[in-house]
Amino acid sequence: MTKQPSVNRRDFLKSAAASSAAAGAAAFVPAAAANAQTPAASVPAAAPIAPRETDPPGEAEVLTTDRPGGDFMVDVLKSLNFEYVASNPGSSFRGIHESIINYGGNAAPEFLTCCHEESSIAMAHGYFKAEGKPMAVLCHGTVGMQHAAMAIYNAYCDRVPVYILAGNSLDATMRRPGVEWAHSVQDAAAMVRDFIKWDDLPFSLPHFAESAVRAYKIAMTPPMMPVLVVLDGGLQEDPISEEVKARLRIPRLTLTTPPQGDSGAVAEAARLLVNAQNPVIVADRVARTPAGMTRLIELAETLQAPVIDQGGRMNFPSRHPLNHSNGGRALIANADVILGLELTDFWGTVDAFRDSLVRASRSIVKPGTKLISINANDLYTKGNYQDFQRYPEVDIAMAADAEATLPALIEACKRLLTADRQRALQERGKKLAETHQNAMDRARAEAAYAWDASPISTARMAAELWAQIKNEDWSLVSESGNVSGWPMRLWNFDKPYRHFGDSGGAGVGYGAPAAVGAALSNRKRGRLSLTIQGDGDFMYAPGVWWTAAHHKIPLLAVMHNNRAYHQEVMHLQRMAGRHQRGITRAHIGTTIDNPNIDYAKIAQGMGVHAQGPIANANDLGPAIKRALEVVKRGEPSLIDVVTQPR
Amino acid sequence: MNRLQAGVIVLVAGLATAVGVSGQTPAPARPAPAPQGASAANAEAGRKLFVSYGCYQCHGYEAQGSSATGPRLGPRPLQFAALSKYVRAPTGQMPPYTAKVLPDADLTIIYAFLQSRPAPQAVEDIPLLK
Repeated sequence: MTKQPSVNRRDFLKSAAASSAAAGAAAFVPAAAANAQTPAASVPAAAPIAPRETDPPGEAEVLTTDRPGGDFMVDVLKSLNFEYVASNPGSSFRGIHESIINYGGNAAPEFLTCCHEESSIAMAHGYFKAEGKPMAVLCHGTVGMQHAAMAIYNAYCDRVPVYILAGNSLDATMRRPGVEWAHSVQDAAAMVRDFIKWDDLPFSLPHFAESAVRAYKIAMTPPMMPVLVVLDGGLQEDPISEEVKARLRIPRLTLTTPPQGDSGAVAEAARLLVNAQNPVIVADRVARTPAGMTRLIELAETLQAPVIDQGGRMNFPSRHPLNHSNGGRALIANADVILGLELTDFWGTVDAFRDSLVRASRSIVKPGTKLISINANDLYTKGNYQDFQRYPEVDIAMAADAEATLPALIEACKRLLTADRQRALQERGKKLAETHQNAMDRARAEAAYAWDASPISTARMAAELWAQIKNEDWSLVSESGNVSGWPMRLWNFDKPYRHFGDSGGAGVGYGAPAAVGAALSNRKRGRLSLTIQGDGDFMYAPGVWWTAAHHKIPLLAVMHNNRAYHQEVMHLQRMAGRHQRGITRAHIGTTIDNPNIDYAKIAQGMGVHAQGPIANANDLGPAIKRALEVVKRGEPSLIDVVTQPR
Repeated sequence: MNRLQAGVIVLVAGLATAVGVSGQTPAPARPAPAPQGASAANAEAGRKLFVSYGCYQCHGYEAQGSSATGPRLGPRPLQFAALSKYVRAPTGQMPPYTAKVLPDADLTIIYAFLQSRPAPQAVEDIPLLK
């Protein structure tokens, strides 16, 4: 291997300046000093301290390097154990891109080709919830970040770490004319700083190493959120100088232990819960890891208390006798103690809000009901974006990670349980089990209505799907259509990976890419990934289906195609009803028909096996069987199902 | 489509409570008496009005209801007078439909559609629901 002199863009200028200064120091007169003494016109031109940019390159110009900065960046990414980096390619990060695929061998991380930065981020979002560790994302610091912004906001609201690396060209004199200027920015993080947890702009490779490790640690500390490290183009592309090489090292990563609730607060919460007549546990983003579900089951069974799972994560088995998610409001109204675990909206859990001409709210809990909150969000709240919801007036507020706090809370409860109290709790448990069974029976009875309807009822769709997957090791990786909660009512969600919650920020376009990202994680475990795919969501960045086909990511997508942005149809109807006019016109601007979109054809055009549109319920089961054969071969498959609105 | 999921949850709670005819509520033992003008012949016309006035949006094309948006309305709907009263001045999350935008005559025809909804098969007869 031929050694080349180490010269980067900055060093080239520095050395040129030094040699010019040495050669012509006597002739150099600062412009300001010269102006003070003589008219500018009469001053002889000072010798330039460096060649002009337009000067032709000298014969000794260095054209290659064996060790660019991007290689070291890849070393750092490998040390952080990234499996994948999702990206729509861009010139501002061409240096590290080349280092990933050649120096890094395109493995750990492997480059995932995406068609939109919103897809890259949402894939990383879904992947984390299935995998438990972040995926890296590369994007332009300007147009790429702009595309990525909504998906970053979803991840932020969903408290999911996404590890974002953004390319930028900082040295204005080194930018190529034209596009590179349009794709450069002073502060690339500014546009998303309100909804990421931390960012940095490393000035050197040692600085990058430290920031890269720090970013990972911060992202993974509850409340978890996206982080951003901006990569200067020169830092990626230029050779590593001997001086810098001597300083290179990768700091050791030590993840933060998630914070537990204060022991006094835990003891008081246990006392209230054990003595309560009608305690209720409400869970939203509790199960940060698979242990979360196990711990929540233990707490519920210790207390024989009903659990309302708000579904931010797979917190509690759907068929557990203490799962009372469908009876939520009545339970809340009857409760004397409510334990809220990582709730997005505690206020909305215990208050009713009426969206009428006069907006009004009222508490739905009984006077004297004690409210206990364990929530990592209390440790880190930002001001601009309002995802923090209305202020809840609780009695105990533990700023702590709920999953980490549960073992102490369980032990505290067990210590307080007398034999008499345990007998009373068991009696309560029997009644709750009976109520749970009645709710399941009622759900099946309700599912029978409109069983043969066309468009197909969402209950029928869920039942047809369940019949085909119930003997598989399945995972509902995303659910962007609103199908009236039928999967949770009819299916047996019994393992931590059965579902992964929703988008967090309700930004539409999350469903498909998050499903593809989570399916990527499930692939190596042999799990059957499936998603219920909304039609509106499909159309935001459908190129992600090509990504799924290209990278052979097995995923069964069953569409909830109600041919509308249906939530908005209902909002328009509300306005028209309230204003007493045009209630027959709510479809204008809210429906997706005339012409109907042929989603199967779109998917087929991107190499995805696809069927539909299917509007006859009797055709659905056979279609799912055919699709499963494809998915089991390791490929994605989509079924377009024309459905009832909800 | 699921842009305002939280809003939907609030909506559900309000409707189910206020209307009291959710899918969770047992159907009345006897069919509700038909109002004047409600007949089988009107059922198909009622279906069209049910769609054009947007009732289907929350209650489904077959009036089967949804746990997410609005209760089941048929078969065996509420008494017409009670239904009409609620439609005009809902107390839950449902938007009001005054006689100005939904004339009594049309509501009567919609009612005929609700009455005409077939009873579902017994769960025991549906293998997928066993």
